[in-house]
Amino acid sequence: MDIPYTVQPRPDTGLYNAKVGIWLFLASEVMLFGALFSSYILLRVGAPDGYWPHGWLNVPVGTANTLVLITSSITTVMAWASLKMNQFGRFKFYHACTILFALTFVGIKSYEYHDKFTHYSIKLADGRLADGHLDEKSKDFDLAKKQGKIVIHGHVVNLAAANENLKEELKTIYDPHSAEGKKAKHSKLEFNASEIASMETYGPWHNTYTAIYFTLTGLHALHVIGGAIVISFLWSFGAKMWKTDPERFTNRIEISGLFWHFVDLVWIFLFPVLYLL
Amino acid sequence: MSDDHSPEQFSHHVKRYLFVFYALLFGTLITVGASYIPFGHRAINIGVALLIACGKAFLVAGYFMHLVSERKMIYGIMLFTAFFFIGLMFLTIWSVADFPRLPTQH
Repeated sequence: MDIPYTVQPRPDTGLYNAKVGIWLFLASEVMLFGALFSSYILLRVGAPDGYWPHGWLNVPVGTANTLVLITSSITTVMAWASLKMNQFGRFKFYHACTILFALTFVGIKSYEYHDKFTHYSIKLADGRLADGHLDEKSKDFDLAKKQGKIVIHGHVVNLAAANENLKEELKTIYDPHSAEGKKAKHSKLEFNASEIASMETYGPWHNTYTAIYFTLTGLHALHVIGGAIVISFLWSFGAKMWKTDPERFTNRIEISGLFWHFVDLVWIFLFPVLYLL
Repeated sequence: MSDDHSPEQFSHHVKRYLFVFYALLFGTLITVGASYIPFGHRAINIGVALLIACGKAFLVAGYFMHLVSERKMIYGIMLFTAFFFIGLMFLTIWSVADFPRLPTQH
């Protein structure tokens, strides 16, 4: 049995069915990301003065990833346009580039995540707070058993400082590019487990900012991975359809392309909101 | 987008896609550059960045996703979505208005 309106537009909508389907799906996606953006704004506006982090993300790396995603968008639209011009070879080239750019994006994002999962915040038993990237952890390190040692590259904040001084001290952590942040001297710091009261990485559990950062970028990364899987299928095994039903195949490329552009569109807002502001 | 275009007409579209691509690259660099300019208040920086992002979003949705020349039904779907999306964003503004009405402690 043939599925109707996979190629020809329906007389009532003027569109083939998959196109209506993808736009309805994208509408639901707008609401999904919209709800998360709305949550982000509420969390940020509600944060106490001076306690919303700035400069925790690497701007050049984020900019590079933005450029990668924008470039993948042009290769996607060019892949579809190539099919419209009956140039299957060009389609294969452009979509191979799209897949490579998608992998590059995920690779760069993984590098950024790794940076956060090796960034430690260590509360010391004497009331100070050490903050920095992991340099070395002894094999026998066990905080519960109070054995082993950890070495980080960072600085120490005195949590026992008087109120105003504490705010300035914490600024070295919350705003590393501020005047106070630049003053902080970073060096190799070694701690025995017995000196540590508690410690955690800059994972989603660390604070509200990392929680919303990982939620937003994690959900977006899942969309990139999902889109890349579909595009890879259409580029490889699915491309057989070009020989049997070229118009339907071209429509499939258009539909997957619409999803890919949406993923790019979400990132266009995520990048300034999370990295620059 | 209406699909009744000849291959020749598509080569004209390709030029437009490339122009949009360059505009998006330029927009990204402008976004980064503008974030380093002290406009006096952080809210202005946020406004400028979001304004540029909206411009870039228009280019992607309008030209790469062909929204500038779509069928009425797609516009209908997006109109509904835009209405509820704007509602979501207004929630954040309405919530800020709650603060002055909080009971004062004596």
